[in-house]
Amino acid sequence: MENIRYDLITALPEIVIVCMAMFILLADLFLKSSNRIAIYVLAQVTLLVAAYLTFSTHTPSVGYAFTGTFVDDAMADVLKLMIYLGTSLIFVYSRQYIQLREMYRGEFYALVLFSVVGMMIMVSGQNMLTLYVGLELLSLSLYALVALDRDNARATEAAMKYFVLGALASGMLLYGMSMIYGMTGSLNISEINNALMGGENVQSVLILGLVFIVAGLAFKLGAVPFQMWVPDVYEGSPTAITLLISSVPKLAAFAFIIRMLEQGLHTLAVDWQQMLMIMAVLSIVIGNVTAIAQTNLKRMLAYSTISHVGFVLFGLMSASINGFTSALFYIVSYVLMTLAGFGMILLLSRKGFEAEKLDDLKGLNQRSPWHAFLMLIVMFSMAGVPPTLGFYAKFTVLQAALQAGFLWLVVFAVLMAVIGAFYYLRVIKLMYFDEPVDHHPIQAPMDMRIVLGVNALALLAIGLMPQGLMELCSYAISKSLG
Amino acid sequence: MTFFGLPFQDIVFYTLAAILLYAALRVITTRNPVYAALYLVLAFFTAAGVWLLLEAEFLAIVLVLVYVGAVMVLFLFVVMMLDINLDKLREGFWKALPIALPVGGLMAVEMVMIVGVRNFGADKIVAPAARPADYSNTAELGRVLYTDYLLPFELASVVLLVAIIAAIALTLRDRRESKSVDPAKQVLVKKADRIRIVKMDAVVEKDSEASSDVSTVAKEAE
Repeated sequence: MENIRYDLITALPEIVIVCMAMFILLADLFLKSSNRIAIYVLAQVTLLVAAYLTFSTHTPSVGYAFTGTFVDDAMADVLKLMIYLGTSLIFVYSRQYIQLREMYRGEFYALVLFSVVGMMIMVSGQNMLTLYVGLELLSLSLYALVALDRDNARATEAAMKYFVLGALASGMLLYGMSMIYGMTGSLNISEINNALMGGENVQSVLILGLVFIVAGLAFKLGAVPFQMWVPDVYEGSPTAITLLISSVPKLAAFAFIIRMLEQGLHTLAVDWQQMLMIMAVLSIVIGNVTAIAQTNLKRMLAYSTISHVGFVLFGLMSASINGFTSALFYIVSYVLMTLAGFGMILLLSRKGFEAEKLDDLKGLNQRSPWHAFLMLIVMFSMAGVPPTLGFYAKFTVLQAALQAGFLWLVVFAVLMAVIGAFYYLRVIKLMYFDEPVDHHPIQAPMDMRIVLGVNALALLAIGLMPQGLMELCSYAISKSLG
Repeated sequence: MTFFGLPFQDIVFYTLAAILLYAALRVITTRNPVYAALYLVLAFFTAAGVWLLLEAEFLAIVLVLVYVGAVMVLFLFVVMMLDINLDKLREGFWKALPIALPVGGLMAVEMVMIVGVRNFGADKIVAPAARPADYSNTAELGRVLYTDYLLPFELASVVLLVAIIAAIALTLRDRRESKSVDPAKQVLVKKADRIRIVKMDAVVEKDSEASSDVSTVAKEAE
């Protein structure tokens, strides 16, 4: 009995969110369209309650629940809090956008909340089965969300591509997991680790499994050479959904990689380090060089995501506490940057108009100096210009890689970051030195303007004082892996 | 009991495996999608047979019930009802074959080398001891589902719920082409909704064509 109580308390945030998602779905049916704001408030309150529960039950120790399929450690709690924060920002930024495009329905909020549960399970999974089911819960919700704007042919096409390639990636991941299971005889992450440490294993089978697992994860993360879906899906999806796909799921994917590769397959570190290294280098090259040729802002940010993923892999491939801390710092910074970046596109969009072309940003300074300034911070941060957050994130990742002895790769990454700075700076040039083509006033609710302002300014503030976030990341990683 | 020097179980296995491979190959090579679906049914059936040999009775029965009974029948309905243009689907098949065949072949060879007898042979992995006759596979599965794998099991139900929500959200729409009437709306109708009263001056229209027509008719009558 005591066991079940502990299990339920540990998983209480997940249970609350699942119940609330179902409640929102039902409540939506009984609400008049003038009272629809209630489901938005409910969704936000749900996240707030979940955040409170996660925060109040937090302990620095590692606890296992549900017969070892679920883990509650510092990394899980920190990442969950970040996921709540990111999702809450997504709700704020997307409210007007989905209202104007007739997607403001209970299904939107319910599906987003279900995807949040999927991410939380990925973050807390301690069993390959749990991790996989969490991933599917996340992916399935995202496929549906992309296609939610049903009469939009581009979104339907994007959803189809995302679905087919995502299913392929899931298949690869499962195949790899089955190989590992075949060799170790266990689905549990810690038992796999023990089996690999002790027993005699056939290296070639494990490597085959590892290759498939890394390929599947790279698909989900959007790392080269498994990146082909990223630009199409980012461009085709409604911007509110692009905002979701590009941001918080990366936190969950990060946790998935740590759980699977570091906690489970630590003995194969030398092998997966090489794979991550190749993907990191290719992602940074292809992401940065291809982004230069883009005229669509969403597509450009998609390629920018690919290059950011490359930098995260740089941190991960160091395979040290230091490297993982820097990778976690980078991915949290990336989420904050990408939320502000796509948030700006949502802010400039209006009914029947998507501010997704680079030309739509022309002369933003004349239309609204304040928003041009915020976008300037976001672009500087993405490019890694000091003193913004992006600079510090790149700095720590490269420092960790340097400590791990990858000197030439670090030099190469810095060169690529300089090339990448070109297309971010071009956005700034368009905003400040070109004449505006679009003269419509910016229509956005006040709460969105304020939150977006805080989000963008936070990039500057945390960049100036990164110690707090850095300590949080270091705490999360060292308590969970140390 | 042995036949041709092989234990009976081996003969059953090889027979089932041969049928399974043939059926699986025909699924992708046959031209008619209905045949392809039926070959897939055959593949599921023989796979269920292989599972029975492995003493996984419950899974074998579920495979037949769920996949053959429900999924494939639904799939057959979809295949028969939708007008699928086969030539368009097969476009590029022969063009892609020279590249696809070596790549697929190479992958198959690699997998056979790693997954084959060398690493997973009977001498490497010990076969589990045979269970007594009254051992219930179903009860064991149920026990594990509700104890050790409770969390993934419950989460799988959430995944199914999301699938239902997604399917409804993506397909349910008000059908404007349907001619049905809503009685609740019908009884609420007011006079003003039905009749439009237009005030007009009593003026005779002076349309040249109309008047000329009238005059010709009048002449013919004379």
